Amino acid sequence: MSKFTVSVVTSVLASLAMAGPAAAETPKKGGTLNFAVVAEPPTTDCHATGTFAMVHPVAPQYSTLLKFVGDHANQKIVGDLAESWEVAKDGMTYTFKLRKGVKFHDGSDFTSADIKATYDRIINPPQGIISFRKALHSDIGSIETPDAYTVVFKMKQVNASMELHFASPFNCVYSAAELAKDPDYPAKKVMGTGAFQLVEHVKGSHWTAKRFDQYFLKDRPYLDGFKAFFVKGNAVVPGIRGGQFDAEFRGRTPAERDQLVSAMKDQVTVQEGPWITNILLTFNTSKKPFDDVRVRQALTLAIDRWGGAENLGKVTLIKGVGGVFRPGSPFALPSAELEKIPGFWRDIEKSREEAKRLLKEAGVTNLKVKLLNRTLDQPFTPAGIYAIDQWRRIGVETEHVQVETKLWYDGLGNGNFDVGVQNVSDFVDDPNAQFNTLLSKNVSSIAYSQHTDKKVDDLYEKQTRILDPVERLKVVNELERHTLTQAYNVPLLWYQRIVVNNKKVKGWELPPSHFGGQTLVDVWLDQ
Amino acid sequence: MLGYILRRLLMVIPTLLGVAVAVFFLIRVMPGDPVVVKLRADGANVTEETIQAERKRLGLDQPLIVQFKDYMIGLTRLDLGKSLWTGQSVAGEIALRFPVSLQVAIMATLIAVIIAVPLGTLCAIYRDSWLDNVIRVVAVSGLAIPGFWLGMLIILGLLYFFNWLPKIGYVSIFEDPITNLSALFWPALSVGYRYAAVVTRMMRSALLEVMREDYIRTARAKGVYERLVTRRHGLRNALLPVVTVVGLEFAFLIGGLVVTEQVFNLNGIGKLFVDATARGDFTLIQGLVLLIATVFVIVNLLVDLLYAALDPRIRLT
Repeated sequence: MSKFTVSVVTSVLASLAMAGPAAAETPKKGGTLNFAVVAEPPTTDCHATGTFAMVHPVAPQYSTLLKFVGDHANQKIVGDLAESWEVAKDGMTYTFKLRKGVKFHDGSDFTSADIKATYDRIINPPQGIISFRKALHSDIGSIETPDAYTVVFKMKQVNASMELHFASPFNCVYSAAELAKDPDYPAKKVMGTGAFQLVEHVKGSHWTAKRFDQYFLKDRPYLDGFKAFFVKGNAVVPGIRGGQFDAEFRGRTPAERDQLVSAMKDQVTVQEGPWITNILLTFNTSKKPFDDVRVRQALTLAIDRWGGAENLGKVTLIKGVGGVFRPGSPFALPSAELEKIPGFWRDIEKSREEAKRLLKEAGVTNLKVKLLNRTLDQPFTPAGIYAIDQWRRIGVETEHVQVETKLWYDGLGNGNFDVGVQNVSDFVDDPNAQFNTLLSKNVSSIAYSQHTDKKVDDLYEKQTRILDPVERLKVVNELERHTLTQAYNVPLLWYQRIVVNNKKVKGWELPPSHFGGQTLVDVWLDQ
Repeated sequence: MLGYILRRLLMVIPTLLGVAVAVFFLIRVMPGDPVVVKLRADGANVTEETIQAERKRLGLDQPLIVQFKDYMIGLTRLDLGKSLWTGQSVAGEIALRFPVSLQVAIMATLIAVIIAVPLGTLCAIYRDSWLDNVIRVVAVSGLAIPGFWLGMLIILGLLYFFNWLPKIGYVSIFEDPITNLSALFWPALSVGYRYAAVVTRMMRSALLEVMREDYIRTARAKGVYERLVTRRHGLRNALLPVVTVVGLEFAFLIGGLVVTEQVFNLNGIGKLFVDATARGDFTLIQGLVLLIATVFVIVNLLVDLLYAALDPRIRLT
């Protein structure tokens, strides 16, 4: 007998949940939010890219089936176009009841056909269409639309992360009618059911949008519109100071935060929290001596993460000590357990002694490491330098090879490195996404460490299929302990997200990812 | 004269053809996969299947010779192809940014010429005086200070003294001259200072050289007023090398304002060039190199025409 887990979230509840710290104040209507985006979107098609540069200007024009709300400490899923949803006990069916009266920007009605067309496009993209997250949705078997406001997803097999992906900010819902005319329309025209309508996109310069008066939440959005400026990162601080823009939502460095606070004092608000992005050190296990777990463990044992977090956190974006998951994530290992894993010991002297012993035992003397890194200042350069300094303390010499991004990808892909510095980032704390980099080379195309470990792959598959959160967590924790102990890839530190905005920007909460929370539905200007 | 101009314009075709062929193959020798850069930006996980699908969509799975043939056929139709990054036409991407760079180059040239010609002339007339020394110090400073650094100082100055920065986003001078000039004056000034320094020094040395010529001595011997000697006989002849320098600097500015455009958030050709290079956007780089080559060819032609206008001894045949 199947029993349904029922989640019903009305728009009123959603509004209350989203109001957060701004709840004490009455939102004001009107005004145009000016914000900076420190990169340029390669496309306006949400399904075809994984960059925040698309999300920040494009997401306000679209809705998703579900969405995340709350700040980094209180993330939860609520309905966006879904009014309510049910997950079958066996996890094989997801039934969504959709909002009625929702309009697309062209005035057409939103129905379940639009959800079906959208997810069909993600799962089976037509010829010439790129679906960036096709693999994450491959467990969906079929999509049925019993009526205009009900959509049913039938799974091929259980996927415990599926609900998270229904809330992905990248799964913008497109018009079925428009997709039928041109499956590539989202790359050419921005037309959704979101709170804002695109007015103008001047490439390399700015993006302007105005309020969509027929948005399904009748009292939203508060803003008349927004203007996003595509600028380089170093333009953000002077831009906020000089009134060119009110906000930048990706994140600033501690130094930039201090500059803004020093110059603008109480005219800015600072929000900080752990970020679902880390700096990962990847050992190339196809090269000797990095195929030896003792060498990899020695190199991770040499790194004082706790001391580094304290000091690097003052000058760089990286600040949090964590394993495979962001510190504070529901999937993260408890601190007491993490501290037992090589590389996370509190006693750094003992840790380095063990590192030296392991190198000796492995017969490795005068180890020289080629560290492949990007020429990005924050936080790649300081992260690389920190690792070099830490390894020097156990007698390891390092060549720091910093190259521009495309050469860095080449180096990682070609295996032309001993240790690679990379960052792993996602929109949600999700074992499926976060372990993806850590899988064996024949399972994951981004397994730059080139290792093969059946236990990792089996545990990964196992946790994906467990619906019971407690049971799943046990497997996830076991997998984390194993991957960190084998040290094919080890996190150096986790990013700390720091967002400094003009104080007039209200109603925006700091999610743990720069991909989420950017619909601007609840943002208002106190002016 | 008309025949000369037509011949020069016809020579543009083989020149640009050579540039097009060279840049096509040179870019592809560069390491780095633009598709990987595009899809794996921001630490994103993406499968090899998706990467191959994108490569196919962009035509990068085709043999190099096929890509070259398509490119050359496109050129015959003045079609520069589509940007690998945005999927938009290269011509459109360039056309969007060209007015910004062109206007900054024109304004910087005006600033440079307005400042440099009188100052260079004064330096030459009052050679080794305190005035000459002061102007030379200012000019040498202009050469020593990079334009982008001066730009950063200007931004800091505007923030410190006025707590203000010009609006971002290009507005045509014909649409809103005040907004346009308030945004573009500062980058033009920061670039124009170095430009003026180069031209001032060229003006000074060229005028000093000319003022030693026999015909100047003859004019003086005939009792022509010194001011007239300088203006009619000296200055006009001294302008020939200055025009050359101004032309080259102007052409350079069209694609060379790389850092200045970033400092002032200008959506110009230089910024586009840097972004295209960082992303390995082959087609866009090809289009930009062709644009800059065209600008150099046209500016050189204009300089030659100006030579003839300034010096009656030069005949363009």
